Amino acid sequence: MSEELIVAIGPHIKDKISTKHIMWVVALSLMPAGCAGVFIFGMNSLLVIATAVITAVLAEVLVLAMRKKDIGAVFDGSAVLTGLLLAYNLPPQSPLWLPMAGSLFAIVIGKQVFGGLGHNIFNPALSGRAFLMISWPAYMTTWHNPRWSVDAVTSATPLALYKHGEAIIAKGASYWDLFIGNRGGCIGEVCVAALLAGAAYLLIKKYISWHIPATYIGSVALLSWAFNGRSGLFTGDALFFTLAGGLVLGAFFMATDYVTSPLSSQGKIIFGIGCGALTFLIRKFAGYPEGVSYAILIMNALVPLIDRYAFPKWFGQLKRER
Amino acid sequence: MFSCFHVSMLSSDGVDIYLSWGIMFYMRYKFHGGIHPDAFKSLTSDKPIKRPFIPKRIVLPLSQHVGSPAEPVVNVGDDIKIGDLIAKPSGYISSAVHASISGKITDIMRLPTHNHPRVLSVIIESDGGDQDFSPIHNPNVKSLSRPELIDIIRSAGVVGLGGAAFPTDVKLSPPHDKKIDAVILNGAECEPYLTCDHRLMLEKASDILKGLDIIVRILGVKQVYIAIESNKLSAIYSMERALEMYRHQRSALPGLAQVERLKLVVLNEKYPQGAEKQIIKAVLNRTVPSLGLPMDVGCIVNNIGTAYAIYEAVYLGKPLIERAITITGSCVMEPINIWVRIGTILSDLKETFGAFTAEPRKVIMGGPMMGLAQYTMDVPISKGVGGVLFLTGDEVDTGKESVCIRCGRCIDVCPIGLVPTTLMYRVKKGNFQEAESLGIANCYECGSCAYTCPAKIPLVDYMKYGKAKIQKV
Repeated sequence: MSEELIVAIGPHIKDKISTKHIMWVVALSLMPAGCAGVFIFGMNSLLVIATAVITAVLAEVLVLAMRKKDIGAVFDGSAVLTGLLLAYNLPPQSPLWLPMAGSLFAIVIGKQVFGGLGHNIFNPALSGRAFLMISWPAYMTTWHNPRWSVDAVTSATPLALYKHGEAIIAKGASYWDLFIGNRGGCIGEVCVAALLAGAAYLLIKKYISWHIPATYIGSVALLSWAFNGRSGLFTGDALFFTLAGGLVLGAFFMATDYVTSPLSSQGKIIFGIGCGALTFLIRKFAGYPEGVSYAILIMNALVPLIDRYAFPKWFGQLKRER
Repeated sequence: MFSCFHVSMLSSDGVDIYLSWGIMFYMRYKFHGGIHPDAFKSLTSDKPIKRPFIPKRIVLPLSQHVGSPAEPVVNVGDDIKIGDLIAKPSGYISSAVHASISGKITDIMRLPTHNHPRVLSVIIESDGGDQDFSPIHNPNVKSLSRPELIDIIRSAGVVGLGGAAFPTDVKLSPPHDKKIDAVILNGAECEPYLTCDHRLMLEKASDILKGLDIIVRILGVKQVYIAIESNKLSAIYSMERALEMYRHQRSALPGLAQVERLKLVVLNEKYPQGAEKQIIKAVLNRTVPSLGLPMDVGCIVNNIGTAYAIYEAVYLGKPLIERAITITGSCVMEPINIWVRIGTILSDLKETFGAFTAEPRKVIMGGPMMGLAQYTMDVPISKGVGGVLFLTGDEVDTGKESVCIRCGRCIDVCPIGLVPTTLMYRVKKGNFQEAESLGIANCYECGSCAYTCPAKIPLVDYMKYGKAKIQKV
């Protein structure tokens, strides 16, 4: 034989799915929600998304070069995904330096400082958003109605309205409006229908498991129904609290981020319930109307701890000796 | 297709025996985890097993089985006949080796085998004479006692042909404190590419039943299951037909006649369905304890090929001198199933499957999941080898290892519920004690985790290394 034989330990065949493949599929599954956001809020949303993505990619290249790593790693799609998710969490009429600053922080501080892909503790996009929220709260809470709305300039999000004592449902907006995105909010979070379409694909193709989204949304709905009503216990509007705000985007696309969520199914269930409880607590008692991003960030910090204790049982294991 | 009927018939001593016959077309139980790799079985599944190619020389390693190596009973220069004893078992867990051709012993030296770099081997050069084994039909098989049967199996050098090559006589003599009540005949053949068990079930169904009958007689069990993966429909039909045939001549198989429950179980197509612990879970819903053996849950699993080898040993007096293997892969012009004399050098087999369509970059003894890559073609086919794969560089390109993104796929597919990625980090850091407490010793290297890893991390390498380390600690 002319060439030497390759010797390696099995398995000698591998699944075709790679990290790169997964990242691009998730990015693709976010497209419907992005398109819906651009349709609802107009061209500036598209510019915000593009700016966030391009900045994230450039920042990634820059840091990889500084760390003397293979610059080709940028094609794994994780930076694109971070940029997309960050943009989806911004108000539609943001000035373009806002996504720039957010992406830069998300990639450099949120991800690469920890050692790049696979090593970051916090979801990069959400840490970028938290940074913007603290630095420029006024820009981050200036909302706009859909472009066909009569008073297009400023409006509060449905959750903010609720917090200030107004019930948006009572004011003529329906659950259907919340479902298709006929309301104020961040670019990517408003159209729940589009988000669910992308999420359904990820679930069916098993890119994400049901554990986190189901327990997250379930616990928010349950707690809101039980404790967030205006007339006592068990009068809360669970459907409203599920559809309004960023819960669907957060539960399906951000809490399920592989790197920053627990490994095992058991851990994912704990994580989902924790996110749900924190989201509820922030919405109900904290100064912010919405709590999804902080809830996920706080739970991210607990992931190493969850991973330490939430293990599947071994086949045939009688009791864990620890 | 769903048939489940009772047969009542009169046994020789006049007592009615009720037998439940049937096919379970859906597996009732499942095991956790597993993967679905491309099967590539159609390359060879419709090719009958070719008659043996008789090699000019044979290299017989004396350690083809699990346990202590066999002890040679011949000397250089001896003339020997096919089927003669070459080496005798040297301990309880050991196995005999027999000459697979007639000729002269030219050397006894250490040579590489498929799983060890240097094994004491006996080299036989053919004398050009008659190389067919003439069977010695045993007329009174039915009257043989249990110890006599075990003795025949031991002296025929029968080992498990599913891959592990554990001496079959030892497996069939469980300690007295283990009560065995079920036997599973393993026809899962879950490794991609391999089809030799499938072909055996098509071509030798009734002989396999005769072998199974011997196993049942030795163990005296009341439950017998023949488990076949759903992708081998023709094998399922073939085994069903053989069972049907035997229904009309029950006295031929006295062991099976005493069985209360004889079932053909159709398993889901999933790797590693054929692994002992997984097949027991799937068929009987019994969980073999961690680090335990099938006999701990009263069950013994035997491979299709082993049952056939037992038939040959008992009925034909033929020691294990040849086995069916699959030679396949995209580099092979004519993939085949073939009877191969034990000890045939791989490079001598070349003429049986024609030329290569492409230069093979990886030669694998066994299946693509758990088989062993070879660095040379000059190794003999030993008893545990079920197939040889010749794969191109592209097919075995496992990609560049990148960092773990914690997707958790390895956990989802691990059939024994380990956390491969965490174990990998522990092993990498040299933290073997912790790896042990996380159960690394349970890993039997099925390769599901490494197959499925999107970051292309060779997880099995880390598991192997970690396991070797904790054995030394």
